[in-house]
Amino acid sequence: MGTYKTSDFRKGLKVQIDGEPYLMIEMNFVKPGKGNALYKCRMRNLLRNTVLDRTYKGGDTLESADVEETEVEYLYRQADKFVFMDTSTYEQYELTTEQVGDYWKYLKENLKCSMMLFNGIPITMTPPNHVEMKVEWCEPGAKGDTATNVSKPVRVETGAEFPVPIFINIGDVIKIDTRTGNYVERVRA
Amino acid sequence: MTEARSDYRPTASWEHLRRRAELLRTVRGFFDQRGFLEVETPLLSADTVVDRHLDPLPVAMSDTGSWWLQTSPEFAMKRLLAAGATAIYQITRAFRGAEQGPRHNPEFTLVEWYRVGDDMWQGMQLLDELTQVTLGRGAAERLSYAAAFQRAVGLDPLLSPVAELAAAARQHGLDPSGAWDPEDRDLWLDGLLVTCVEPLLGRDRPTLLYDYPASQAALAVVRDEPVPVAERFELYVDGIELANGYHELTDAAVLRARTRAANQARRADGKCALPEASRLLDAMDHGLPPATGVALGFDRLVMVAVGARVLSEVWAFPIDRA
Repeated sequence: MGTYKTSDFRKGLKVQIDGEPYLMIEMNFVKPGKGNALYKCRMRNLLRNTVLDRTYKGGDTLESADVEETEVEYLYRQADKFVFMDTSTYEQYELTTEQVGDYWKYLKENLKCSMMLFNGIPITMTPPNHVEMKVEWCEPGAKGDTATNVSKPVRVETGAEFPVPIFINIGDVIKIDTRTGNYVERVRA
Repeated sequence: MTEARSDYRPTASWEHLRRRAELLRTVRGFFDQRGFLEVETPLLSADTVVDRHLDPLPVAMSDTGSWWLQTSPEFAMKRLLAAGATAIYQITRAFRGAEQGPRHNPEFTLVEWYRVGDDMWQGMQLLDELTQVTLGRGAAERLSYAAAFQRAVGLDPLLSPVAELAAAARQHGLDPSGAWDPEDRDLWLDGLLVTCVEPLLGRDRPTLLYDYPASQAALAVVRDEPVPVAERFELYVDGIELANGYHELTDAAVLRARTRAANQARRADGKCALPEASRLLDAMDHGLPPATGVALGFDRLVMVAVGARVLSEVWAFPIDRA
């Protein structure tokens, strides 16, 4: 485990505070008039996604966090666990529904995702920016009856629902942006 | 094939660089109209300001003693005052080691001026006028350092026990590892200033913060009151510190004592001691007329004028591509 000096502080640094991993998302060198050099840092807790503001002075240190990202494939869901497999080591990792959060909507079998490990233990996963999914259900008869009805809900293979344009039908493959949850395009009719 | 590098290009846009040039002309016009003489003094000097928190950059020259790049033109300009100048200004470069960040570059541009006979209030008035001419944000509010702290954290920076300052600071995320010196009052004040006080300053109109703790007098006169305060002031706009002014210390004995104390603090911090003798002290022994002087960070003035968030938006080549 290494330590970072204030002169090493920068955006993107992964550090450990009270045993939890943080990502430095902002770092400001500040120095009032003739005063002390201070480092105002904003850090995101990688376990809870909360934000922490801390101010350090020259000479203070932070412990580095052993955080790595690896490519995994989604395998299946078992009760409240999601199971993934490391594509290079074939090791299996589990995340809880809480850890996966809203990303369950995109977890179709064999989806390649990025998994973040802290001290070798999985903590969060991120799906690719775009995921293609097959439409399994859509509201019957909602075929653009009114001018205001420009979108309709559909359910895709993962069981999640998304608002899409009215021309989408059962069996179509649609592309969703996982960063926003927005419909991007129809891939196959 | 070599990889194409693009860091030969300036970080600032032409629009900002043109605005910078206009502001340089505005500042010169402001002082010329008021009868100030533009002066030039050496960037490279055998003397240097001795301050606990300022690190001058040494310059190696063959066996001719020690030389420093100036951290400000303060010493040289005061020598001109001692030699008869009454109102002088200059626009020059200053260098401060280990200062790099969104609003810091080790090399930067200072506008510095002195007028003999001005007290702190007249000094603030002149700075206020320059701010109005360059930024057009209206007249500045005058707010004492104590009132600003009272408003922001409900504590008296001059009288509250240091333990109370430390407790308040820790509540705001300072001293995360619990290693700060519990007795270093100025450290806790600086910490609260940058996290709680500064962000509130200069929001609706510019703020002139004045009457600093006597321990932060630097080169300012300390006014003898039941609770003595330093006749020092700073200008803030949009939460950014733009200028620092002193009703200037003229007593050589006091400056010698402060210089010695600053060097002791530097040694305790593990920093090199700096030369304590200087030609400024010689000039003060001869007689420095009472005056008020101000140093304005010109790059930050341009930042605020164009609404830039970082200094590199108004400075062509910051240190990492200098």
